[in-house]
Parts: sequence; structure tokens; C-alpha cells
Amino acid sequence: MSVIYVLLTISIIVALVFFVAFIIAVRNGQFDDDYTPSVRMLFDDELITDKDVKAKTSTINNKQEK
Amino acid sequence: MEMQQFYYDNKIVKNFIYATLFWGVIGMSVGLLLAFMFIFPNLTDGISWLSFGRLRPLHTNAVIFAFVGNAIFAGVYYSTQRLLKARMYSDKLSKINFWGWQAIIVAAAISLPLGITSSKEYAELEWPLDIAIAVVWIVFGWNLIATIFKRRQRHLYVAIWFYLATFVTVAVLHVFNSLALPVGLFKSYSVYAGVQDALVQWWYGHNAVAFFLTTPFLGLMYYFLPKAANRPVYSYKLSIIHFWSLIFIYIWAGPHHLLYSALPDWAQNLGVAFSVMLLMPSWGGMINGLLTLRGAWDKVKTDPVLKFFVVALTGYGMATFEGPMLSLKNVNAIAHFSDWVIAHVHIAALAWNGFLTFGMIYWLIPRMFKTKLYSTRLANIHFWTGTLGIIIYGIPMYVAGFVQASMWKQFNPDGTLTYGNFLETVTEIIPMYWMRAIGGSLFIAGMFILIYNVYKTIRAGSEVQDELAESVPLQKLTGRRLVGEGFHTWLERRPVQLTILATIAILIGGIIQIAPTLLVKSNIPTISSVKPYTPLELEGRDIYIRESCVSCHSQMVRPFRSEVERYGEYSKAGEYVYDHPFLWGSKRTGPDLMRIGGKYSDSWHFNHMYDPQSTSAGSIMPGYKWLITDEHDRSKTEQKMRVMVKLGVPYTAEEIANAHALMDAQATMIEQNLYSDPDFVRTYEADKKYAEENGMDFVEMRNREIIALIAYMQRLGTDIKVKDPKLTSN
Repeated sequence: MSVIYVLLTISIIVALVFFVAFIIAVRNGQFDDDYTPSVRMLFDDELITDKDVKAKTSTINNKQEK
Repeated sequence: MEMQQFYYDNKIVKNFIYATLFWGVIGMSVGLLLAFMFIFPNLTDGISWLSFGRLRPLHTNAVIFAFVGNAIFAGVYYSTQRLLKARMYSDKLSKINFWGWQAIIVAAAISLPLGITSSKEYAELEWPLDIAIAVVWIVFGWNLIATIFKRRQRHLYVAIWFYLATFVTVAVLHVFNSLALPVGLFKSYSVYAGVQDALVQWWYGHNAVAFFLTTPFLGLMYYFLPKAANRPVYSYKLSIIHFWSLIFIYIWAGPHHLLYSALPDWAQNLGVAFSVMLLMPSWGGMINGLLTLRGAWDKVKTDPVLKFFVVALTGYGMATFEGPMLSLKNVNAIAHFSDWVIAHVHIAALAWNGFLTFGMIYWLIPRMFKTKLYSTRLANIHFWTGTLGIIIYGIPMYVAGFVQASMWKQFNPDGTLTYGNFLETVTEIIPMYWMRAIGGSLFIAGMFILIYNVYKTIRAGSEVQDELAESVPLQKLTGRRLVGEGFHTWLERRPVQLTILATIAILIGGIIQIAPTLLVKSNIPTISSVKPYTPLELEGRDIYIRESCVSCHSQMVRPFRSEVERYGEYSKAGEYVYDHPFLWGSKRTGPDLMRIGGKYSDSWHFNHMYDPQSTSAGSIMPGYKWLITDEHDRSKTEQKMRVMVKLGVPYTAEEIANAHALMDAQATMIEQNLYSDPDFVRTYEADKKYAEENGMDFVEMRNREIIALIAYMQRLGTDIKVKDPKLTSN
């Protein structure tokens, strides 16, 4: 049964690591704003859009047709 | 501030998606084959590497680590880059992650059917592969954390938190559960024995579910669901609260897999309490996901991606309600060892992991190939066949679980078991096994529809391997400490250093704790009459492990009247002190074997292993013909015993030196017992004569594998049948 003390220790250490990470995150202001992040992730920053590719492929297609 | 242009790596995401689809088909097909083996037990008659015991771990490993694993990597590599506004730290590391992971899966797909297994559930792979997994996993974590380090978005979105927790915890769990002493390249013994091994295994097993099947997928859900619905997550605050509470609570729930076993009550109750608490953070995630769709349910009607996500979240909600419920001791008494658990895990795996993966792929492929999905109609057909498949799989398995568990526990008025023959409880649920096979077939059919749709979409699109993006760079702070800046304040903005130090901290604690435990004699209540296995029994046990008998047979009689009546005296912790690894099992497709020793004759076992239906009409156990014919390799016996001595099993130097003489003596006795069966004598002598006449090599029966297995089976649970077992402590 002694192994349970090892497991409890590891579990507590893991929990502590997460707890420290949590405190650090709070102090860093990670959770100060609980609205913007949820909206920000919706914006794409890719510069190649569907339209670009479509335009490109359509010109290729046009060339082939000619 | 100037804008920076950079490229997202789409190629790695694409590769992981292809791997997901490929291994998904393999893993699920093996599962379907296994489902049909419940109905036609001798479907792969006599082919050792296609037998049920060897394929079962292949199925679980393939769907968990190959299908779901690759899906995790695909989703993480796609979303991390975009959430952090940075390309992955190193393309080389990404590639090592990808090819390393595939190589491990291939090695698993070869080694498991060959019977190279540690027998610990979801951790069956032998030690060289365990090391490879650890290395590739650390490469993944390194890549992830280093990308966070060079991010252009200071704020870490909640999905990233989930990925980080996944990396850290899986690494720790994997290392500690896989600790083993090798006997050779393909064989090792767990450093833990019996109850200890069970506890570590289910601490790992439960958290593998938590941190491999749950947290990474919650992260994926928090990215892909809002993206697909194009609206922010219902409550970002809730997502943070439920993330931190989920990871704190999950790690304590493991002992609920060992209720009513030989584990001390306080540890069992601790597991139950945390399991019940777990309902709250779990449902926090489900509610947050479903409510994200508020006001967008009209989109769900038309968009197959959202349909998949809704069923995935519903499945998650059902499974995480059921989990705490199954952890209650009175419910667990019924459900444990039965098909109820099979239903539970498949609702979770097929709906939550399967459907979330499918939805993600339907969303990703058109986006990455800059085109529209080839056919929304086909995606809808996939959705409905898949959903129907889950239902037709799940419901019959729940029914099978209830039926069988209640039959196991029924008594006649005179106090005898109503269904004294275990087989009666098996034949009763065969129709349910049929339904399950049909449901599984539907689910796989859906998988093929997905692959066709993906193929057609890619053909129509144009691949963008490196996607151009732009963002404002993160204001650079110097890597050195600023004037007046404390060490820790500096550390807080250095994620790599922080993680390295945190890992060292974990390891120090682990090593300090683990070393004494291995050196100090275990304090399990010892029973003086419990002795180590004889060399032949030890070898027989390794055959039992190789054939994964533990997939269908438990070795744990719980202290219930119905079980004591059926199997014999309930199991004591002290009986397992020499079991490296433990073989308690988690499912009773066949009866418990804890007290099988001495119940049947050697001849019965021999005939039963050759053709189970000949001794037990209606049995769904497959024959193990190769055990009867194959010569037993006993070249490593002494080495195995020496490893056991290192693990604390008291073999004397004399026993090790005489191992072969001891084995020969015990084997000869079993061979003599077999001669009591006239049928055996007739066929065996005929074989011998035939070999002699044709000048072929002939392996004496006493040197074949079956003899060692019979020796082990006849030993099982007999140690405390010796009258008046003396407890020396506790």
C-alpha cells in the first residue's frame, strides 16, 4: 500500500505546479479581461483568403480553356 | 508599430489529419473484428497473432493513441499557431513529433499481435517503446512551450492552458506507471506488485482518460466550436474556472476503478468523493460548449460541423454524468466487470472523441485547401449513420450489462445461485453482442464516407502548405533580469525556464519518494502461506500475460455473497505480493480465475484450451491451439527469476540454479496427469509415432507451452486454501 504515498505526493506536486501556474497567470494579468480573448480568437489573420485562391485557380482554368 | 508577416505551417496539420483517418480505420476495424469474435469465437481459429487477447490491446491502443492521438496533434498544431500568432517553434521538432509518433504506432501494431505486452491496460507497450513515447512526447511539449515563448499574442487563450496541462500530466503519468525492470528487449516486469501495481495502474488509467481523451479535446472544443459557430464562447470566465477545477480534481479520482477490491477503504472513499465532485467542472465544459450555440441553433440545422460538435458535447455530458454515478460504491458493485463499462467508454469515445474529431476535420479540410466541402449531404449522411451507430452500440451494451450483472447476483430460495453456470449469463446476452457489432459497423461506414468526402474536397481544392499571416510583434522584453526585477518575476515571463524548473521540481519529489518505496520492504499484510510461483508457474504466468487472458478474465473476487458463492473465498491484498504485474482485470467476459486452481483436472484445462466448446458448450472463448503444439522457450527462466529477486521476490540462489530441474519435475507430473485421458493418449502417441516414422522433430508434451500455463492455472488462489491461513500482520 505504501505506493499510495508516492501517488499522493506526485498528485500533490502536480496540483501544486498547476496552482503555481495559476497564480502566475493571474499575476500576469492573463485573466484580467474575460471577454476580449473570446472574441479575438474569432478573427483570422491569414492573408491568403478563399477569394485569392479562387481568383488564382480561375485564371489558371481560364488559361487552360484558352 | 510595424506588422510582421509570417507563415503558419499547414503541412504538419495535414499530415496529422491523414494519420488520424488512416489509424482510425485500422483501430476501428480491429474493434469490429473483436465485436464479431464475441459471436463467432473461432473466427481466426488457430492464428495466434489474430486471437482476441492479442488484438484487444491493439484496438484500444490504436483508437486512443493513434486515432485520437493524431487528432489531438492535428488540432493542437493548427490552433496553437493561430492563437499565438506564430509558426511552430521548429519544423524539425514538428516532423520528429509526427514521424516518431507514427513509428511508435507501427511498432505497437507489430509487437502487440506478437504477444509482446506488459498487460497493463492502455500501457501495454514494452519498455523500449515506453521510452520512445516519453521522448516523442517531450519533443511535442518542447515545441509547444517554445512556440508559446515566441508568441505574438501575449494573452494565452484557454485552449492553450488545456494543451499545457495535457503535456505536463501525461508525461508524469506515463513515466511513473511504466517503471519496470527489463528481462530482455521484449519483456519486463513492473516494479510494483499486486495492490500497489493496481493502484498505480488505475491512477494512470483514469488520468489517461482525463488528460489524453478529455483535456486536449476540451482545448480543441474551445477553439473549433466558437470558430465553426463564429461566435465567442458562452462564458470565458466559466472556461477558466472549469479548467482549473477540472485539472485539480481529476487526478484524485483513480481509485474508483478499484472499489470493493483489496485497496484500503480510505483510499477508495477518497476516490469516490473526488469523482462525485468531478461532475461540476465536467459539466461546466459541456454547458459552456452548448450555450455557445445559443442564438445559433439555426446554424446547427444546416452545418454538419456543428451537428457533430453538438453530439460530441452531449456524449461528453452523458459520460461525465455516468462517471461519477459509476463511482458510487452501490452502482459500481453492479456495473464493474460488466458490459455497462464497455457502453460507458464507447459513448465517450465514439461521441466525444470520435465526433469532435470528425467535426474538426470537416471544418479544417475545406479551410486548409481553400475550397468548399465536396458534399454537405454526404457529411449529413455520415452524421446520421454515426449517431445511429453510437445508439445501436450503446443501448444494447447497457442492457447486456444490467442483464448479466443481475444474473450473476441472483439466488434461489434455498441459497444456491440461480445461474450457477457462468455460461448461462453469457449466452443470454449474445443478441446484444450482435446489435453491438451492427452499431460498430455503422460507425465505421460513416468513417469511410468521411474519407471519401475529404478525398474529393482535397482534389477540388488547392493546397497551401505555408499560410501567410501577419500580426504585430510582441513587445520584446529583455531575456535578462531588469534592474530591480526579482528572480521569480523574471521567471514568470520566461516560460521555458519556468517549465524546466517545474519539471525538475516534480522529478526530485518523485525520485525521493519512489526510491525508498522500492527499497523498503512493502507493508502489505503478508500471509505466511503465500509463496512465490515455481519457475514453471512463473513461465506459465508469462504465457497468460502474452495471450492477454486478463482482457476477459479477472483475478479479483469481491467480498459479495454472490461472488464468494460462485468463485470461492474473496481476494486478500496479501495474496498478490509476488504479482509483477498485477492481473486483476477489469472485465468478466468469462468467469473470474482467482480461485481456478484445483477446480478442474489438468486434462480438462488441456482440452479446454484446445477447443473450449468441447468442454463448455456455448462458450465464446476461442481455442488456443498453438499453446498445445508450440515448444516452450525456457531459456530466460533464470534471468526472469533474478529480476524477480531484485523486485523483492524471495527466490533462493539454489532455486534459481535448479530452475530447470524444478521445471522438468513439475512438467513431467502434469504430463503424467494428462495420460489419464484416453483420447489424449491416443492422439498424442499417434503424433509421436508419425513424427518418428517421418524423421521429424518431436517436442515432448512436457516441453510445450500448455504445460506451463496449466501449472500456473492450477496454482491460482490455492495458497490460502491451505487450512488456517495465518495472518502475520494487520
